[in-house]
Amino acid sequence: MKTVIAENLVKTYNKGKVKALDGLSLDVEEGTVLSVLGPNGAGKTTTVRILATLLAPDSGRASVGGIDVIAHPEKVREVIGLSGQYAAVDETLTGWDNLVMFGRLYHLNKNAAIKRAEDLLEQFSLTESAKRPIKTYSGGMRRRLDLAASLIVKPKVLFLDEPTTGLDPRGRQEMWGVIEELVKGGVTLLLTTQYLEEADQLADDIIVIDHGKVIAHGTSDALKKEVGGERLEVVVEQSSIPKTLEIVSRVSGNQATLDEGLRRISAPVSTGSMALMEVLRSMDSEGIHALDVGLKRPSLDDVFMSLTGHAAEVEEVTK
Amino acid sequence: MNAIKDSLVITKRQLLQLARVPEVLIFSTIQPVMFVLLFRYVFGGSIETGQPGGYVQLLMPGIFVQTVAFTLAATASGLAEDMKKGLIDRFRSLPISRSALIVGRTLGDSLLNIVVLAVMGMAGYLVGWRPTSGLLKVALAFLFLLFFGYALSWVGIYIGLSARDARVVQNVSFLVTFPLTFLSNAFAPTTGMPRPLQYVAEWNPVSTMVAACRQLFGLENQFGATAGSFPSENPLTMSFIYMGLIMIVFVPMSVKKYKNASN
Repeated sequence: MKTVIAENLVKTYNKGKVKALDGLSLDVEEGTVLSVLGPNGAGKTTTVRILATLLAPDSGRASVGGIDVIAHPEKVREVIGLSGQYAAVDETLTGWDNLVMFGRLYHLNKNAAIKRAEDLLEQFSLTESAKRPIKTYSGGMRRRLDLAASLIVKPKVLFLDEPTTGLDPRGRQEMWGVIEELVKGGVTLLLTTQYLEEADQLADDIIVIDHGKVIAHGTSDALKKEVGGERLEVVVEQSSIPKTLEIVSRVSGNQATLDEGLRRISAPVSTGSMALMEVLRSMDSEGIHALDVGLKRPSLDDVFMSLTGHAAEVEEVTK
Repeated sequence: MNAIKDSLVITKRQLLQLARVPEVLIFSTIQPVMFVLLFRYVFGGSIETGQPGGYVQLLMPGIFVQTVAFTLAATASGLAEDMKKGLIDRFRSLPISRSALIVGRTLGDSLLNIVVLAVMGMAGYLVGWRPTSGLLKVALAFLFLLFFGYALSWVGIYIGLSARDARVVQNVSFLVTFPLTFLSNAFAPTTGMPRPLQYVAEWNPVSTMVAACRQLFGLENQFGATAGSFPSENPLTMSFIYMGLIMIVFVPMSVKKYKNASN
């Protein structure tokens, strides 16, 4: 069953001057993770805001958990959790205060709100800092609390808008761990990210968007295949470069490229490890010693490059 | 029912904020007390009032109204801050009534006004303020001030939700409240102003509020250009009309703004 469906969403800002979404469609299968991947300004946040009932599209349809987002936003709000790009919790209050408050706003009675707050603090390893104001929290702790606040009433669908933007590598790892746990618990998740690595790590399904449109859709593996198969890379001594270029080009059937600084020669190959063996055998018979050798699958960065013609612009957004 | 409960949760949030950062409460009461002392001792000697009890009797109603009007800035900047932090988005994604957040905040601001007015009243008493109209009318005057503050906090809500930048909010709020409070009868008699200005000052809602409070505290009001006109004869009624107008305009505008709020 498709838990989230969006069809042909269009949204313009500034009286039509800025087109944020230009006929975007997507769907998320129940219990799976869809990652919406794209650079800043691609339309990720606008998509999430429409699906989470914060914004009405100019045209198009969307439903969440079978409920029409435009016709019955109040019903949609009962089944979703939203954790945004910026930690949306009250910073002057403690973690405990915040979760109890949100529990009350989800109409839990006082005891149930307290119980739920304590369980969530435990689950997200925040019990020790529960009684400290949020402003004393690290970035990672803040995001975890923000996420906890969106899980008070176990949502059917969770929207995470750039959950790790601005976090340090450790905070990011911790956040990924938390999200993976949630996914194991069966939540349907729509996650936006500008980190290709993050989509690769967490998502079952990925859509790549740029300028408000979906430009590619598939699993991480499928997207990488679309860009081309594997690349063979070999690093050799300076003196062996011409000979090696020749060998690699012959095996690949394509002109091999050379990164002079790294003395790395690479070329696309379709036969994988067979090609690797053949290159190594030829080099051996020529008496060339390989300093490093391997088969590389294209990264999602390569995917992005080949789809949009420009690199993913990863800007750290801190506000 | 839930809408009321939701609003109260938001009001409680504001009280918790004050408990967690008590400095906010301390400074929002110190400032008006400072005004009482400054005006009382700087202008008090040189303004001839013709009223028994001296300048402080006229001053206190003026300062009460000014203080209540200034809380508009706190409402606005609190809300702008919530917008900037993304808290408004979170509240709007919850299954709660759309007006709960803003209604809750206006209630919280009224509670804060109660505390501030009480402290100011005590400070006024210490420097010689003695209302002569009896307990009931004094209580009515304070209730009246709270209503005024409540109506104005909706203006604050609107400013807070409209601002693109939280830093601008404070300035915009003061741009509204400063001329309003000084172009009035709050601190000096309007009779000394140029005649055209007297009309502005005497029809100013702040003036009718101050005049109404003075009446309730047992003082005589003096009007210049507008003496005998409706606002000077009926400052209390006129003030209620103003409060009603403010609410009729700003409540729906604020609710609409909140529904479409986006940062």
